[in-house]
Amino acid sequence: MGRFHRHADGTVHEHDHEHDLGDHSGYVATGAERVTVLESILAENDRVAAENRADFARTGVVTVNLMSAPGAGKTTLLKRTITALGGRMRIGILEGDIATSIDADELSSLGVPVSLVNTSAGFGGECHLDATMVRSGLGRLPLDRLDVLIVENVGNLVCPAEFDVGQHARAMVAAITEGEEKPLKYPVMFHACDVVVVNKLDLLPHLDFDLDRFVANVQAVNPHARLIPLSARTGEGVDEWCAWLEAQATTPK
Amino acid sequence: MHELALCEAIADTVVRHAGGEPVSRVEVRIGHFRQVVPDSMQFSWKLLTEGGELDGCELAIDHVPAVLTCRTCGEETKLDVPILLCGACDSADVQLLRGDEFLVVAIERVVAG
Repeated sequence: MGRFHRHADGTVHEHDHEHDLGDHSGYVATGAERVTVLESILAENDRVAAENRADFARTGVVTVNLMSAPGAGKTTLLKRTITALGGRMRIGILEGDIATSIDADELSSLGVPVSLVNTSAGFGGECHLDATMVRSGLGRLPLDRLDVLIVENVGNLVCPAEFDVGQHARAMVAAITEGEEKPLKYPVMFHACDVVVVNKLDLLPHLDFDLDRFVANVQAVNPHARLIPLSARTGEGVDEWCAWLEAQATTPK
Repeated sequence: MHELALCEAIADTVVRHAGGEPVSRVEVRIGHFRQVVPDSMQFSWKLLTEGGELDGCELAIDHVPAVLTCRTCGEETKLDVPILLCGACDSADVQLLRGDEFLVVAIERVVAG
């Protein structure tokens, strides 16, 4: 095994090095041995995500990872979705929340299976769901009796975008109250999503929000995203979102 | 803000490859498109490793600029802002060449001489 040492200028050299068998007593020299890893930072997460995906395939459930900033309207949209599709599709929810069961309680009162994963057990309160957290909540859901599983991620526009949880599609909710520039400020999230739901459209007359500019900004960071403008509060446009969700459930994965 | 979670993932990877030996340095390669703030990552790394088995382990971040290539005109564009447009002809038919790297490249284990 070669040896490395570092010079003051930061360069590193490897030396083939014979051990001498002299007296080392009272003298402990240390060296550094460079070990090449070349592994994705998220390799372990991706391994567990693949296990989740295999479970979804085995049980025939299509999984959508739903993300947004806090307060964009994910839970309100899910309530509308369950009401609209409940008779035609078997929907399950895996709910990620830093603390509390408020959203989970609201959703389970609509008669769908809900598995709550509080993320506060992580280091200082995790700001996203990763594949392992999702896996920990799957056992509480009747996957083989579901058509669609919606993973409601923790409200956050940065962290959830990086973590594959084994989903088939990623969707996000962006409320028009957040402004037109969010796609440019959080490009990783907008870039990662198959669908961008543009929520709170009922507030458009009261805001200076420029919908065309928002759409152009989304297209600048993700030309392939499908945009669905709607109001989860009034229900306007929710049918298009439901149609997309139904199409996901009936498309073989 | 996700730097802490990423540092946890890096630390797990380091420990898995360390074979029980102390580790003095870990090299990571992170593309600009990953939205990692190097200072914030260094802070998170220190916070996470202090007092644990990786205490004192240096985190070396190789930050890779985001570069895309245009399928329309063939030009390469270095991205300062994350807008996926060719800098030469404004085409959106582009491919990211570099900038989405997210690797633990190597570790340096401390070995007794």
